Amino acid sequence: MSRAWLPLAGFVVLAGFLGIGLTLNPREVPSPLIGKPAPAFTLPTLADPQKQFSVDEAKGEVWLLNVWASWCTPCLEEHPLIEALSKKGIPIYGLNYKDKDPAALAWLRRYGDPYRLSVVDPTGRVGIDYGVYGTPETYLIDRQGVIRFKHVGPLNPQVVERTLLPLIEKLRAS
Amino acid sequence: MLRACMMALALGAGGMVLAQDGASGSTAATAPPSAPSPAPAPAAPAGVARPNAADPELERRLIAVTKELRCLVCQNESIADSHADLAVDMRNEIREQLKGGMSERQVLDFMVARYGNFVRFRPPLDWTTLALWFGPALLMLAGLGVLLSQLRQRRRLAAQRVIPELSDAERAALAALATRGPAGPIDRPAAAGPESSGQARRNDG
Repeated sequence: MSRAWLPLAGFVVLAGFLGIGLTLNPREVPSPLIGKPAPAFTLPTLADPQKQFSVDEAKGEVWLLNVWASWCTPCLEEHPLIEALSKKGIPIYGLNYKDKDPAALAWLRRYGDPYRLSVVDPTGRVGIDYGVYGTPETYLIDRQGVIRFKHVGPLNPQVVERTLLPLIEKLRAS
Repeated sequence: MLRACMMALALGAGGMVLAQDGASGSTAATAPPSAPSPAPAPAAPAGVARPNAADPELERRLIAVTKELRCLVCQNESIADSHADLAVDMRNEIREQLKGGMSERQVLDFMVARYGNFVRFRPPLDWTTLALWFGPALLMLAGLGVLLSQLRQRRRLAAQRVIPELSDAERAALAALATRGPAGPIDRPAAAGPESSGQARRNDG
């Protein structure tokens, strides 16, 4: 091979790297929590602040924890998908993140409440434990209370059909 | 290739300098909004802002730790610099942790356990970060290698350059030039260059 091809080869390699870089989403940070037990919390529920809910109560089920807020526009975007998942019989718990209770309740009344229940995290402290950095976020938690999958940003049909549902199927079978 | 590599390095260095500048000016931003502002001390030198906090030592440690942590909302800013809600929450959380007796190391581990190594601006050295830590130096070395081999090759070619044998006519012309100057038997074109034509004019006069 002639040496004259070397600059072209260098360019092709560089363009290849940059091309791959363009297809990646820099906002998607791999979570270190995958395969780890879901961080414990006990928080008051949105519907009744006198009642509390803790992660342990969902043990024995394959369930979703969906981080949402009434101020979060992309949450509205994924809302029909969350409702569809709920209709399929998948238990979904909401973590109402850094929100005001009246605003959150009004949001659920207006757009529908697909959650088995929502707990409130007004300070975002539990959010930090879950590594939340962009609402909405969705965590798939197995029967043993281990986080199996995390999606940052609004769910989309592709993720639901190709990843989430097959994974739920598998975890339920095991 | 080499130039692109050098440029990337220069840009990287520039970015780091910018980040440093941003961090040093953020003392006021890291103070809690609810903290009572102490009365301005008359002894404070003009133009130097007093840290707006009850415990300057705690704030100093807070800034030192949060400068090491990436804000995940605006990813190229540190927790110390960012005004994103999440960064404010994290500063408050870390302030409580430091106040509660946690070391800087423990705070960093706490954040890494939740957000992964990506939150650290200086991630630990392991096999996934090898390219990150050594890639730039390797690129630099590769560039220097290419440069050196090019220079060496050029020097070798220069040394090998053969002076061609002169024909008899050329030898005669050369001798004539040496004795009589440029107005010899070789016809110089008029536009040989400003210097040589100037030389010729002076000879004529």
